[in-house]
Amino acid sequence: MLSPWAGCLSQSYATPHAATSHLKWGVHPTALLGDGELWGGAEAAQHCRWRCEEEWDFLWCDVTWLRENFDHVYLEEHVRICHFRNHYELSRKNYLVKNLKRFRKQLEREAGKLEAARCDFFPKTFELPSEYHLFVEEFRKKPGTTWIMKPVGRSQGKGIFLFRKLKDIFDWKMAGRASRKTECVFTIFPVYKLERGNCLFVFPQDGGRTNEQKDETQIETYVVQRYIENPYLIGGRKFDLRVYILVTSYSPLKAWLYRDGFARFSSMRFTLNSIDDHYVHLTNVAVQKTAPDYDPEKGCKWMIQQLRQYLTAKHGTGLVEVLFADMDNIFIKSLQSVQKVIISDKRCFELYGYDILIDQDLKPWLLEVNASPSLAASSQEDYELKCHLLEDTLHVVDMEGRLTGKEKRVGGFDLIWNDGPVSRGGNLGALVNGNFMANTHLGCFNDRKKQLKELFGNLPA
Amino acid sequence: MLEQDGGLSLTIARIVQRLKGSSLHSQLERQARISLHNPEIKLESLKEDIKDFLKTSGWEKKLQNAVYSELNVFPSPCHPAAPPEHMKEPLAYMRKAQGSWEKRILKSLNSMCTELSIPLAQKRPASEQKELLNKWNEMGTDEPDLSLFRPVYAPKDFLEVLMNLRNPNYENGEQPSFRNHLGLIQVPLKVKDIPELKEDFSELDLNIGQLGIDDSAQVPPEFFENEHVRIGQKVLAEQDSAAAQQYVRQGCPTALRADLWALILNISNQPEDILYYEQLKSNVIQHDLLVDSLIYKDVKLTASNDDYYFVFEDYLYQVLLCFSRDTSVLEHFAYSSATPPKSYIQGKLGIEEYAVFYPPNGVIPFHGFSMYVAPLCFLYHEPSKLYQIFREMYVRFFFRLHSISSHPSGIVSLCLLFETLLQTHLPQLFYHLREIGAQPLRISFKWMVRAFSGYLATDQLLLLWDRILGYNSLEILAAIQK
Repeated sequence: MLSPWAGCLSQSYATPHAATSHLKWGVHPTALLGDGELWGGAEAAQHCRWRCEEEWDFLWCDVTWLRENFDHVYLEEHVRICHFRNHYELSRKNYLVKNLKRFRKQLEREAGKLEAARCDFFPKTFELPSEYHLFVEEFRKKPGTTWIMKPVGRSQGKGIFLFRKLKDIFDWKMAGRASRKTECVFTIFPVYKLERGNCLFVFPQDGGRTNEQKDETQIETYVVQRYIENPYLIGGRKFDLRVYILVTSYSPLKAWLYRDGFARFSSMRFTLNSIDDHYVHLTNVAVQKTAPDYDPEKGCKWMIQQLRQYLTAKHGTGLVEVLFADMDNIFIKSLQSVQKVIISDKRCFELYGYDILIDQDLKPWLLEVNASPSLAASSQEDYELKCHLLEDTLHVVDMEGRLTGKEKRVGGFDLIWNDGPVSRGGNLGALVNGNFMANTHLGCFNDRKKQLKELFGNLPA
Repeated sequence: MLEQDGGLSLTIARIVQRLKGSSLHSQLERQARISLHNPEIKLESLKEDIKDFLKTSGWEKKLQNAVYSELNVFPSPCHPAAPPEHMKEPLAYMRKAQGSWEKRILKSLNSMCTELSIPLAQKRPASEQKELLNKWNEMGTDEPDLSLFRPVYAPKDFLEVLMNLRNPNYENGEQPSFRNHLGLIQVPLKVKDIPELKEDFSELDLNIGQLGIDDSAQVPPEFFENEHVRIGQKVLAEQDSAAAQQYVRQGCPTALRADLWALILNISNQPEDILYYEQLKSNVIQHDLLVDSLIYKDVKLTASNDDYYFVFEDYLYQVLLCFSRDTSVLEHFAYSSATPPKSYIQGKLGIEEYAVFYPPNGVIPFHGFSMYVAPLCFLYHEPSKLYQIFREMYVRFFFRLHSISSHPSGIVSLCLLFETLLQTHLPQLFYHLREIGAQPLRISFKWMVRAFSGYLATDQLLLLWDRILGYNSLEILAAIQK
């Protein structure tokens, strides 16, 4: 299947217009499918005709490239790059925990206990090995609860396991870490240029080594987290949500929420009896793909619209609106917690993939934030979602300079925070019927084509 | 005039008879007796006072709903001299066609039975019973070997039969005219045209607000949505079946849909209903039927592969397995053109005392049958309620989609309605499709047989089924495709 990026680019930029003809677009080969979904350089080269080139105006790269090159490359004012320099403050689980804890304390000081309690959407987490003693203290308070151990730097469910007894950790340590397959290593590429009409797609040099190989030289850090034992089940199955948030600036904080997203179901029924059964508990698509009864035709995903409808039919509009409002709260608070730490750069933007779990009391929990959400598509519907997501990301980033800056909606993205909450009403900050209605539409009808037409007139894409 | 009155009194008599033995009747009696303790009830005006009491306590409403339900389900009685077959199906050639179709199905089922040497029914050994009971909530985890089973028939087989339907008394004349030669269905049934449909479905007029259209994000909710939701809540508070049926013609708000449908179908999930369901469940545990494998196969082939319904796999087994053992479903054969197949205890072929209906509910599932249940899982989560809703939907509507009859909501009429509308109003499209070898009915047939389940997004599908319930008719399936 064609990757969503290729699909997106071929649709939107097949017939470029004057505004974009001078721009050069860069898409890093690993980023064509996202972290961990690897396309060898040779394969990618076959897919697009490549030439060598050094310059680019817009770069979609992976975090490895960023880490290695960002500080050494001169970037002009107008360029856009798809990551913030220290995004790991949000995406690495141990940093996220630290930032959230710090933010919570600050909120308690400034606004009191009630406000600080709004930060309690992250299950109790400790970093190992540094916080091992704190963890054991907490562990002993409630024996018999289940905990989950996750490596900080890895994605797609690798290296994760569940346990109930401290003994299990010792066993694991003694057994040695599971041998890690070395990921496919890129050879060093020179920079390539893809010609498509007047646009150039430039693929910069690849650093070559992946995250994990870097980690091997350091002590591996893990986080241990309270496992949510009462997840909301549909048809006896557990699921988590993937939601997309686009941040175009941290100071001031400007964040957009995409209306579409999906719920990833576990292919097996949920039970706490089989903790060792990796497949039941982890709903990452990557892990599900290797489960014995995984059927790629089965489609383990629901669009969030379906989920919202199901929940509304079951619980009524009121409770579901509270649930989604709580999720908005998660997005905002998590971004606020790293706002002061992230190195602000007008040229950076970032598309995050938030993983949310809902429990049986309809409370949402933040599992993690991905700075490089997977862009591989598992079905036609998924493919379209991601294509549109990327298109709209490009619209919001606005290389062509078509937006006024006052827009509250661009395609499927709704502006949810602009140095303050954004309301649904006509003007920024206006009230509707005297109540503040947040400008969030997660799981709502996404008539993005129509909206884009209104926004941009009839210009091609 | 006399006939009309006669018809009415016949209807009343029938309804009274049907309700006489029901639990509602005994509950009403009990309530009436309890009310005698009330100080307002006076001996002089006993009858009036009790009537008032029943009214204010909501019992009259329940009775009303029950009567309304009966009226909806059973067709009005025809001439007293007409034989009972006429209530099933008045046209002889249709009855004959249905009969031969049933014979074919049965033959297919029997041959599969013989081929695989599996009995139609057998009692489960105790260990297997226990196992099944433990696994009741996750029967989907079972992976029985179903490779040798095949669906008894698929919609396309049924379409072939319908295409060959002919009225022996109808003479087409030498010159095949434009109208009746182009389509696949060649029977002269009366179907409505656009003006008639417009009148019947007046609530779907452009001037009247509809959910799914007039509640979109651009339209401020004050215009239609808020008021509509408010009315919906009021209808639910009043517990009025007839009002609910009228209300859903404009679509149900998602949060109210489950309750509104239950109200229209007059399902209240009383303790005796739950008990009945539990009994069906124990029947499933005790006996294994051949059709169970057919059901398993169908669920695995269709619903499990659907992106939106795969999560409900377990519910589907819980509903369909019980459904096939539910003898109360046999009642619907009184007004359906179909007849339940009979099976004879081994060695007693032909002897009526040893005949049983097979499967017990008389309905042999075909390929895609489980899709009738799947969308309901979005609304109902409690197995016994889900079951009752499905059963009611089946005996009111779905059975017409796979039996040959002249009823306006029957599949034959729907096909003819579809073809006629298309020919009349989009003749170019119709002609073009024919020219490229794609008869339009071949494409749309399977959509109609499944009432669009699996072919429309769930929210759209539920809005469509709102209208089926609202108008008590399946005609919308044919009309909607225009």
